Amino acid sequence: MELIFSLLGWIILLCLLGLGFGVGKYLEAQHYTSIKQREAASLTVPVVTFKQLTDDRPVASATLAVGSVAVSVDYYKRFLAGFRMFFGGEMRSYSSLLDRARREAILRMRESAPDAHLFLNCRLETSSISKGERNTIGTVEVVAYATAVTFADEIHPQTAG
Amino acid sequence: MIPVASNLLLTNVDHFPGRRIVAHYGLVQGSTIRAKHVGRDIMASLKNIVGGELKGYTELLQESRQQATDRMVAQARELGANAIINVRFSTASVAQGAAEILAYGTAVTVE
Repeated sequence: MELIFSLLGWIILLCLLGLGFGVGKYLEAQHYTSIKQREAASLTVPVVTFKQLTDDRPVASATLAVGSVAVSVDYYKRFLAGFRMFFGGEMRSYSSLLDRARREAILRMRESAPDAHLFLNCRLETSSISKGERNTIGTVEVVAYATAVTFADEIHPQTAG
Repeated sequence: MIPVASNLLLTNVDHFPGRRIVAHYGLVQGSTIRAKHVGRDIMASLKNIVGGELKGYTELLQESRQQATDRMVAQARELGANAIINVRFSTASVAQGAAEILAYGTAVTVE
């Protein structure tokens, strides 16, 4: 009876790993495709980290633009990260998670102010909102915020022509 | 989403692009501590298997940030300000499953 239960435990673990690996990989690829497409479409509007406007162009409006996303790592990557914690070194599986989250947050910030000509003083903030088992990363939230500036003398590059 | 709900002008730079600041009122802040609910938690733990975005959490945190911002805006309005510059957000996990969202900035009057 005990053997059956431990066997069942292993089967569930393998299923979760397989599901995490397969579906997780597919979803990540899909997300990256969408990120790259949207990034390419919004390339004409700069997002900068400085605070002062570099020229004296008349400003029509300035508002705060915010974008955020909460993401979580899949079971397979969390499992791998467990090993990584033992040996040390770069955790590549987590870097892709955070990279996706940050780029998505910036894109959402852009989308929240579609008329802006410039995003001034873009700040990124990452916070871990729930811890996984053994202190591994569970869920991470990334917020991107900036001041969306619209110039009075410019036609929006995405609506022009 | 944030500037529309609060007809006060917000920026996160230490000046107001295109306008002159005529009065400063000092620091204003708003915060909220939110807990996630069980339904969202169950969905999130399922989503944890395959990874990716947890929409329930994204919404929850967005709502909380909006509420913190609204409180900050209410405080600024009480002072008679018409804009808040240098707005910052900060998130801290205060307990397992609960997070504090803080928004703070400097209340000013712009022309």
